[in-house]
Amino acid sequence: MNFWEYLGNRHQQLLTDAFQHASVVFQCMVVATVLGVLIGVATYRSEWAGNLATLTTATLLTIPALAMIGLLIPIVGLGVPPTVIALTLYGLLPIVRNAIVGLRGVDPSLVDAAKGIGMSPVARLARVELPLAWPPILTGIRVSTQMLMGIAAIAAFASGPGLGNLIFRGIASLGSKNALNQVLAGTLGIIVLALLFDAAYVLIGRLTIPRGIRG
Amino acid sequence: MADTPGSPQTPQTPLTPQTSETTSRSVGAAIELEGLTKRYPGGALPAVDNVSMDIRAGETVILVGPSGCGKSTTLKMINRLIEPTGGRIRIGGEDVTHMDPVRLRRTIGYAIQASGLFPHMTVAQNIALVPKMLRWPAARVRARVEEMLDLVGLDPGEFHGRYPRQLSGGQQQRVGVARALAADPPVLLMDEPFGAVDPITRDHLQDELIRLQRELHKTIVFVTHDFDEAIKIGDRIAVLRERSHIAQFDTPEAILTNPADDFVSGFVGAGAALKRLNLTRVRDVEITDYPTVTVDDPLQHIFNRLRSSGTNEILLLDKQGRPYKWLRRGDMMRAKGSLARAGTLVHDTVTRDATLRDALEAVLTDNTGRVAVTGRRGAYEGVVDVETLMNSVHELLEADRLEAREAQHGLEEQRAAQTHAEQEGFGGAGGLGGEAKA
Repeated sequence: MNFWEYLGNRHQQLLTDAFQHASVVFQCMVVATVLGVLIGVATYRSEWAGNLATLTTATLLTIPALAMIGLLIPIVGLGVPPTVIALTLYGLLPIVRNAIVGLRGVDPSLVDAAKGIGMSPVARLARVELPLAWPPILTGIRVSTQMLMGIAAIAAFASGPGLGNLIFRGIASLGSKNALNQVLAGTLGIIVLALLFDAAYVLIGRLTIPRGIRG
Repeated sequence: MADTPGSPQTPQTPLTPQTSETTSRSVGAAIELEGLTKRYPGGALPAVDNVSMDIRAGETVILVGPSGCGKSTTLKMINRLIEPTGGRIRIGGEDVTHMDPVRLRRTIGYAIQASGLFPHMTVAQNIALVPKMLRWPAARVRARVEEMLDLVGLDPGEFHGRYPRQLSGGQQQRVGVARALAADPPVLLMDEPFGAVDPITRDHLQDELIRLQRELHKTIVFVTHDFDEAIKIGDRIAVLRERSHIAQFDTPEAILTNPADDFVSGFVGAGAALKRLNLTRVRDVEITDYPTVTVDDPLQHIFNRLRSSGTNEILLLDKQGRPYKWLRRGDMMRAKGSLARAGTLVHDTVTRDATLRDALEAVLTDNTGRVAVTGRRGAYEGVVDVETLMNSVHELLEADRLEAREAQHGLEEQRAAQTHAEQEGFGGAGGLGGEAKA
């Protein structure tokens, strides 16, 4: 069976896996974005708190994905929970870092102006600082997503959902006639998904970055 | 005069009776600073030390001084962007030292260097910020935005939807002022607002501010390190030395002709006589009428005017009534009756708010020996010629000399009386006082 025949035979299964893969990455990205921006907002004003947040998330990222999931299994069991927790933690770093850099990068004279015309601290954040920091934050989200696409494949190790299952199955049965097809299908699927997500982010950027600050 | 932009002039914005009520503006409120002090933790000396100042309602007061003298800090304590560590602030008689700062700032206009416009919002959104925070109804906010744009001399239809980066520096600064004035605050604080624009634009903006202030009568506190700007704009100037100590707080004329001490005279700098020209405006001298024609007039009419005018040249106005060209008698002949080729372009015009120095500059650069005076939207109003200027300057300097001599005389008398009193009062101590003075 060559690769194309394999794809034709298994497309139902492949589509399900791809959908689950995309779904878990998307959901984890939503959680990571909300958490990451919140952490950024909470820490950017203070030198040490911001650095601590960046350092902590950076440290999390250095833990090998396989080890992280392996460590999570005894705590939260198999399947979806360790996958979601691991992906969310990995997704945090680029978002937190870019949120802090973006918020700190807002021109101090604009913050001064916002205060000076009588904006409350919440309004200042929501109407001036976050909109101006949004382009770097969105870049962080993009980087995170690309990263999670790959890391999500490892979730199959904990019986998680997604295209990783194909790759693991293929590697486990190396030598059998479909092994290579499985690995190939899983890998290519992840690449296609990553490209689709990236295209979506370009579109989101066009829609959400105000015309006045679009580069 | 055409200078009444307060009245809604833009036909595309029908103003409802309710909104035209908002044009009956609140005028300025007095500001009293009493022993205002700012001490930063760890600093040996306070950044601002015990400043007391009474600023009258509707007055433009300039805080001027070398950089780092605390003038900006003093300004920012008025709207409590910097919290004072001592003293009190009263605005319109009300003690605002402990009022909620957010609420306070919505009643105080604030314009800063490089405009401080938010780049992700359109011009209209920027201007509408404070009125929206004050929960004005949407229709009133909209009308107000148009009105403010018109007030600062920007066409609402054209600039409404633009983003700050699509504006020139001067236009940005105008929008910054419009935003500061949008909610009609009685007090306007300006922190080196024209510091980041080129000199020509700065000059125009200064003229505009003077025009605005004549209509609005806000209380303006304006910080600058440029003494020429201070004498041009200010009703009174506070010259500050380090830690915001007031070296002299007086009218520009008084500071120029009678500086309180060496620090002030050092700051005033050389060329006080020329600077004096900055204190008199074109409106204060005689603006004469001058024969004009417009580009729409038939050529025959222009010829007749030239012949009957009794002057060597006449002023050609464009379709909007703005000075366009100087036409000499021979010009029309040489250009074979074509207006497009005839005459010399008008290089420079001045408004009634321009200083005599600007006018002199314009007269000197234009070879016609006179400069056209324009009003709103650049429309022709009259001319000032070099004789008028020279006469005014002579009169001014003469008056100043007289005044200075009187002040000097007064000072000497005062000193004599003091010395006399010291000698009478303390005997030996008088010698010490005399030494200290020497």
